[in-house]
Amino acid sequence: MLGALCYSPHVSAAGSPQNSPTPRHGAVVRVTHWLTVIAFFALLITGGEIVISHPRFYWGEVGNSLTQPLFTLHIPSSRATVPTGYNYVMPDQNGWSRALHFQAAWLVVLTGLVYGIAGFWTGHFRRDLVPRRGQRTWHAFRGVMGKTFRRGPPDAAEARSYNVVQRATYLIVIFVLFPLVIWTGLAMSPAFTGAFPLTVIALGGRQSARTLHFFISGALLLFVVVHVAMVYLAGFKSRMRAMITGRAIAEEERP
Amino acid sequence: MSPMSRRKFLRAGLAATAGVAGIAAADRLAHRYGLIPPDGGGIYGPGETLNYAAQRLLTPHAPAREFPRSMISKTPFANAVAPQSDAFKQLQAGGFADWKLTVDGMVTRPTEFSLADLKHFPVRRQITEVACEEGWSYIAEWIGTPLQGILHEVGVLPQARYIAYFSIYPDWWDSLDMSEALHPQTLLTLGMNDGDLPVSFGGPLRLRVPRQLGYKSVKYITRLTATDSMKKFGKGLGSVEPEYGYAWWAGI
Repeated sequence: MLGALCYSPHVSAAGSPQNSPTPRHGAVVRVTHWLTVIAFFALLITGGEIVISHPRFYWGEVGNSLTQPLFTLHIPSSRATVPTGYNYVMPDQNGWSRALHFQAAWLVVLTGLVYGIAGFWTGHFRRDLVPRRGQRTWHAFRGVMGKTFRRGPPDAAEARSYNVVQRATYLIVIFVLFPLVIWTGLAMSPAFTGAFPLTVIALGGRQSARTLHFFISGALLLFVVVHVAMVYLAGFKSRMRAMITGRAIAEEERP
Repeated sequence: MSPMSRRKFLRAGLAATAGVAGIAAADRLAHRYGLIPPDGGGIYGPGETLNYAAQRLLTPHAPAREFPRSMISKTPFANAVAPQSDAFKQLQAGGFADWKLTVDGMVTRPTEFSLADLKHFPVRRQITEVACEEGWSYIAEWIGTPLQGILHEVGVLPQARYIAYFSIYPDWWDSLDMSEALHPQTLLTLGMNDGDLPVSFGGPLRLRVPRQLGYKSVKYITRLTATDSMKKFGKGLGSVEPEYGYAWWAGI
């Protein structure tokens, strides 16, 4: 009875020799990845919706329909007060967009905290993301880029670990773009900037923060587009399986 | 079930139980310390509650930024408002001499103030930014008297938790928690940039709440009510904005 509880001759599937003994992606990485995917798309759609209510961008502290914009998106607005050149006012979706934007921002921040702490704790950053000693050269970087553009076959090692371009990109997204997009977002909050004025002064003002938030979001979107394209080229099914179940499969498929 | 997956299952079960218990405990604490906003229900309730609770816990007394005179906007933007009612036009024709601010609810001395009465209270001038939730902004000097002085004058009862405020427009009202209402920058505003407050910017009387976005600064204020619960007003969400999907706490 007790023996049955403590010992079983059957080896569970996760540990069976046909599959890799260590998962391609750990459970924390997989769960936080997909939570971030959900949050990112919510933030992207609602962020776009919020921009539509005032598709003009400024630099400095203040800017409105009576001041010179830095640039304007040539789209209709959801507000009649914005001079867009269109005779058409889009429906106002700003209310729920803002609510979902902040709710998704909380999700991505809390998810990011879990991921960040686990990443340092488990050595995920050191092991999987910091470029390995032999990779830390322009030569290695250019080699990967060249091969990617020639669409050469991936190294066998790339089914198991990241190459230098992937490592550098993920590090920039995780430690530069995400912190910046959160910072520039908070720098638009009158309550937050009241408590921490330097967070907005350092960016050049509230409108500068808004403009930077827009461009950093654009950089994150660019990352997602390239990321999904690369997943597709590397073998969509196997990469998706690795990020969902954690297990890499032996043979690579090509689309 | 193999021991491996059973252990995993147990661990996941424990984690889930701890998670649910943790959320339940957090919810009780949040209620006890007044960290749940009036619009803290519904599918966006968790986000609204986190926004509001984070502000209450981290920055309850921080002042909104104030700016040097040189940064006052040359082109402040007066957002569009609906055409004024006949009642408003009559008051305007009389130079707003008959404009009344009624303060009632949970107060010791319900009072009606004229604009002249309000001018007898200590004057505060502050150069703050109006930031609209749409994204645009401007800086102006706002002149008036802090709401806290009026609340002190009428003797707000200790059980009051919110100050609801109403525009001459029938469907334009909002509310503040007591810490925001008593904040020194929460200003009953009568003047702007060294003149009277223009009608297009909310004159003759606007409640400026500079720690929050522009829509909390309701124009044409005629009534303030101290209350212990926002459930009694409108749909019970704290202001008219949540009825259109906008957050009650608009500090972000």
